[in-house]
Amino acid sequence: MADVELKKVSKSFQNLKVVHDIDLDIAEGEFVVLVGPSGCGKSTTLRMVAGLDRPSGGEIHIGGRLVNNVQARDRDIAMVFQSYALYPQMTVAQNMAFGLRIRKVPDGEVTQRIARVADILDLSELLQRKPHQLSGGQRQRVAMGRAMVRQPKVFLFDEPLSNLDAKLRVKMRAEIKKLHQMVATTTVYVTHDQVEAMTLADRVVVMNKGRIEQIGPPNDLYHEPASRFVAGFIGSPGMNFFKCRLEARGDRLAVVLDDGTALAVPAARTARYVSHVGRELEFGLRPEHITERRERRDVVDIKAPVEVVEPMGMETLLHVLIAGAEATARIDPASTPRLGEVATLSLGMAHMHLLDPDSGKVL
Amino acid sequence: MGPNRTYLLIAPAMLVIGIFMVLPLFLAVAYSFMTANPYGGVTAPATFDAYLQFLYQRDFDDSLVFSPSYALIILRSIYLAIATTLICLVLGLPVAWYIVCQTPERRRVLLFAVTLPFWINTLIRTYCWILILRDEGLANGALRHAGIISDPLPLLYNDGSILLGLVYTFLPFMVLPIYSTLERIDPRLIEAAHDLYASRAAVFRRIVWPLARPGALAGATLVFAPALGSFLAPDLLGGGKKLLIGSLIQMQFTSSRNWPFGAALSTVVTVVVLTVFVIRSRRAQEERR
Repeated sequence: MADVELKKVSKSFQNLKVVHDIDLDIAEGEFVVLVGPSGCGKSTTLRMVAGLDRPSGGEIHIGGRLVNNVQARDRDIAMVFQSYALYPQMTVAQNMAFGLRIRKVPDGEVTQRIARVADILDLSELLQRKPHQLSGGQRQRVAMGRAMVRQPKVFLFDEPLSNLDAKLRVKMRAEIKKLHQMVATTTVYVTHDQVEAMTLADRVVVMNKGRIEQIGPPNDLYHEPASRFVAGFIGSPGMNFFKCRLEARGDRLAVVLDDGTALAVPAARTARYVSHVGRELEFGLRPEHITERRERRDVVDIKAPVEVVEPMGMETLLHVLIAGAEATARIDPASTPRLGEVATLSLGMAHMHLLDPDSGKVL
Repeated sequence: MGPNRTYLLIAPAMLVIGIFMVLPLFLAVAYSFMTANPYGGVTAPATFDAYLQFLYQRDFDDSLVFSPSYALIILRSIYLAIATTLICLVLGLPVAWYIVCQTPERRRVLLFAVTLPFWINTLIRTYCWILILRDEGLANGALRHAGIISDPLPLLYNDGSILLGLVYTFLPFMVLPIYSTLERIDPRLIEAAHDLYASRAAVFRRIVWPLARPGALAGATLVFAPALGSFLAPDLLGGGKKLLIGSLIQMQFTSSRNWPFGAALSTVVTVVVLTVFVIRSRRAQEERR
């Protein structure tokens, strides 16, 4: 096991800079997920850690050793590829043994390690099959097994679940988490799926356009996003945004929406926002904080015409218009209004966010 | 549509295959069992004479005398075809790998370059080799000019020049099928191997070569079969001094006017090639399992 450290790491392809001076410290045994939309540089970052791409600038340290000029095969990391990269001419057992054979691990130990990992991953029955005789989920497990038998310093996962169907993805997600809890090897995991990132990670690294937007534990990112990008990317359905003006009303502040609706800002936030009074800002609120009418402190009621009703069972998603802007609300199925009605909804202002539209930062 | 109508629809295709492929083969086999007409063509009666001619010569008193010269020609032809195939493989694999590693635009240019010789008449291309290899040719001229030799090297009219001509002619048939298998290899497979401690040599031996083997086998068949029957390169670059099976067949239908023997030789070549092909596809099937 080892820690991984990235210092001002950048990567350019010809004149196109795809990773901009990334700093990232990954502790020994930590599970870190790099998440972001396609083209955000997360896979390139992972490939640089793996040694498959060379950084254009900066330093990568694994276990305290500078590895910029160390080849992939000498880094002792194990990568699981999105396409699994299993060798079609080899059986499952041969695929899993490949790295060990090259390392000249004694036969007895190879068999032993494969048997143990196959047992963990439920592959024991499949060891003599060829990859084309396996289902997608089984192939995925073989790819993981091939990495696990090596007992590497670091696991690298490049979107390992994106080729699986939704149900299997959820199952394998839990499997991966369970495995990491069992053998806590340092893991860097790349995905574009924010749910995967949230559920798996000790810390999530949100990337956008080759830069790190924010690093933090899943719940911190969810409740305290640093930027509009993170606020919109993490969480499904995504956060609602409204244009607004921040005004002073007596000794309290109020968010004034486009149609003149004034929403009282909780007193606790006054000090935080007071310097922005009079500015055109963005007001952000997650769907679960726009609910059926509730009698609580720091709640503001508004009227909103209902455009779409999506029953989910345990909750109902309402697509409504608030101050002319489309918004999503999560409400109790018992109090679902009808289509076309004007619903009375409560805004949980304690969970509000104010964003600077110029910098994209959360205030 | 009834089954009868279905047969009607495939009839044109069957007709084409029958007339252009099955019938000539059948004729060749049939002719090989006939008696030679001294003015060309064949006549009755049916006989095995053409096949006996492989190993025996009919003496003046009509007795059969063992004579290995034709068998030696066949063996030499097979030997040269195998050598051609192996040299093409050794040259073709790195060439194909090199092309695969290029950017898509450069790949297209290089592939075009590989197929370029197809656009020039084989006869002309083979004559060009004579111009290069003969005593006063380009190669000897250059060597003499460089002061490496004083007397011209015997580059032409030997097994070496025949082999050169054969390799030159059939190399594209090796490069293209290997290229098409290499092109389909997921680059992640190679990256994964590097990740799994493999050196470049190990990647080639354990990953690239096993995956390229079907293409190499296809290429080997495509090179071996025509190389075995080829007569242009042996005739022109070999100077017709040592016969190969292709030239021998050609002679039977022209100057020697022994059509049955020519047909018998063709049948033997076909059987050899088909045998190789059957063995190959059997092995390919086993590997897939």
